[in-house]
Amino acid sequence: MPEPSAVSSVEDLPALVDLAPGVTRGLGSVTHGARWRPGLTTGCRHTELFASATQASGAGLALALARDALRSARPDPVADTPDERGWLWVQDKAAQRLSGRPCYAGLPRELAHRLIHVAAQTPEDALFAIEEGLRCRDLAFVIGEIAGNPRALDFTASRRLSLAAERHGVPLWLVRIDARRDLGSARMRWEVDSAPSTVPRWNPQAPGQPAWRADLFRSHTFPPGQWTLRDDGQRLLADSPDALEQPLSTRAGRPPHLGDLVRASRHRPLAAGAVGS
Amino acid sequence: MAIWCAHLAIDRWRLAQSDRDAADAQAFALIAETAHGPRIAALNDAGLEAGTHEGQLLADARALAPHLQVAPSDPAGDLAFLEALALWAQRWGPWSAIDAPDGVIVDATGVAHLFGGEAALLADAQALLARRGLAVRVALAPTAGAAWALAHHGASAAIATAGPGLHDRLAGLPVAALRLDPAVQLLLGRLGLKRIGDLMGIDRPALARRFRNRRSPAANPLLRLDQLLGQVPEPMLPVIGVAAPLVQRRLVEPIRHRELLDRVVADLAQDMARLLEAEGKGARRLELGLWKVDGELLVRHLEMAEATRDPAHVVRLFAHRLDGLDAGFGIELVRLRAAWTEPLGLAQVDLDDAAERHGTSLAACIDRLSVRLGLDAVRRPVPHGSHLPERAQRWRPPLEARAGEQPGLALHARPLKLLDRPEPIAVLYEAPDGLPRRFRWRERVYEILRAEGPERIAPEWWRERSTTRLRDYYRIEDAQGARYWIYRAGLPGDGRGGAPAWFLHGLFA
Repeated sequence: MPEPSAVSSVEDLPALVDLAPGVTRGLGSVTHGARWRPGLTTGCRHTELFASATQASGAGLALALARDALRSARPDPVADTPDERGWLWVQDKAAQRLSGRPCYAGLPRELAHRLIHVAAQTPEDALFAIEEGLRCRDLAFVIGEIAGNPRALDFTASRRLSLAAERHGVPLWLVRIDARRDLGSARMRWEVDSAPSTVPRWNPQAPGQPAWRADLFRSHTFPPGQWTLRDDGQRLLADSPDALEQPLSTRAGRPPHLGDLVRASRHRPLAAGAVGS
Repeated sequence: MAIWCAHLAIDRWRLAQSDRDAADAQAFALIAETAHGPRIAALNDAGLEAGTHEGQLLADARALAPHLQVAPSDPAGDLAFLEALALWAQRWGPWSAIDAPDGVIVDATGVAHLFGGEAALLADAQALLARRGLAVRVALAPTAGAAWALAHHGASAAIATAGPGLHDRLAGLPVAALRLDPAVQLLLGRLGLKRIGDLMGIDRPALARRFRNRRSPAANPLLRLDQLLGQVPEPMLPVIGVAAPLVQRRLVEPIRHRELLDRVVADLAQDMARLLEAEGKGARRLELGLWKVDGELLVRHLEMAEATRDPAHVVRLFAHRLDGLDAGFGIELVRLRAAWTEPLGLAQVDLDDAAERHGTSLAACIDRLSVRLGLDAVRRPVPHGSHLPERAQRWRPPLEARAGEQPGLALHARPLKLLDRPEPIAVLYEAPDGLPRRFRWRERVYEILRAEGPERIAPEWWRERSTTRLRDYYRIEDAQGARYWIYRAGLPGDGRGGAPAWFLHGLFA
């Protein structure tokens, strides 16, 4: 059994191995055991965010995380034009009715003109559209919004999305509106709630920059934790009042609660784009 | 070069007869139905000799010539014939235009040397048209108007060259050579202006003043005169022959099963790809026609977001369209037609499994989404000039070219999401037109901690009814930090209804 610190790269990991308690895998030694923080290249292609239908916090944080991932992505060294790929926002009918459609003037300026919106009638159609979007090389990322726990979005469907996202490298942020935490294969699962916004400088009575209370309750790579996140237009900022930087050793005795989480697909022979083993 | 088929309708009728000499000997007329009964639309020479004339009522003509034979005229057929003739006439020049109802204009600029000179060109045209059995008059001139005038009213096979002589050459022609409306010709006749030379002799300002409110060239002699002499351009619509690429399979055994049909469609897509590739084109719209044994026709349409000829993509898209097809007793003929094509160059094919790794292109992705979800489901928002939030954006097809747009001034914060229909809420406020304090929405009470507003948006009076109320928008945040965009429709006492109602319109991130 290799020590976590001895693992130099993802490819060195054996196919199926029980890691030490508290240690998750997926990234190299740099991020082992470290807490998630904004601006980190997570390599996570499939994230689920659970949010309430009476707020836009789910979609808001999904967009903020997507922007964060875009900013922290290493730019293509041979590209001579800025990344102007489109992105897909898929909503099923219930999600549109409950939480509305995207508003052009309210979207971040660098993303507004690149949006392609898909208004699906049923969750099945929405899942089809998300999967087609994940297979498309010309899209920067995909945001899906599905209300409730439809029968179509079972574990198999979730796994299909994970595989498609990992094979083609298009990240997916799936916003689950008013949904139970059912079985899913997302690498990171967040519970999102809105938090009081910052106080604007010129009008303290007015709402300021949006903030979200984000609870990372399941992750394959990072220990769970809570953050208050906000996007100041330049980068994603986090202040976590409750979660102090916990060293790995203190949690070593506690077995990782994998529960409804599935292991990373890249070490399975079925997985697309898997390493040779 | 102008070609005038002087007796187009009669010539067409004569060509359709088996015994043409007998047809020439018989007095004959083509008739058109009018409000006052049948009238003569065209006559052959024997008919003219019998004393009848064109435009005469058939009853009057019958009184003069009881032996007159008649047949109904066919203006649509004449026009179709003329279209084909215009394409055929491109042997004398790179492009041609129809000059309805009975002429063709050919642009013969710079091609006369291929025929050994201008006179030889006209002789060639006359000989070939005469061999086709058409009575024609041809003329060559620097402008289309002058060629038309000479063909209709000049000497046979007249050639006019550019230069000072053109004026004198055209001055002797009657004013009818200007292609004017009958009413204007009548007016000029009453004014005593019978020839083009008479018009040329008149002061320009006087003519311009007399016809100052005639915009159409056919009603303005001055405009026609300028077109005749080439001082004003005269745009024409060229005839271009376009053949839609077409492939078909006739099946020995009628097919009734889906797998076989899929294979036939795949074969057709391959054939079509080969055909389109040879022409350097890609299909935007495809029509698949399925002829059934029992005499029915099924048609399936497909429209692509971008020109393509990839057979696998086409087959995949048609697979959705062919679901639930009723083959009946079998399908005996399958035809694929590219009704709309666009130029598409050859592209580097993906080597080995690169396609598998790289995923689909955006256009292919959008095609697949539109075919399954419908064209209206996949769209992108574009800003639109309106103050009303729901009108400030429009949904357009995703790959449509974007109009150059000016980034709007972000004076006011707008929510991330707008509800399709604003939802009514019950609001508690301190003053009827003051800040809201508390509201109830979807069975829950929200305590408003922070608010900004109002941002007043007046109704668009040029579009809406006068009773539409203005809106006062507030950005609010509740105790949990949820941020909303609510508005009050109307003001108390604005005379446009009762107490103002409150609505929740948008959700901030």
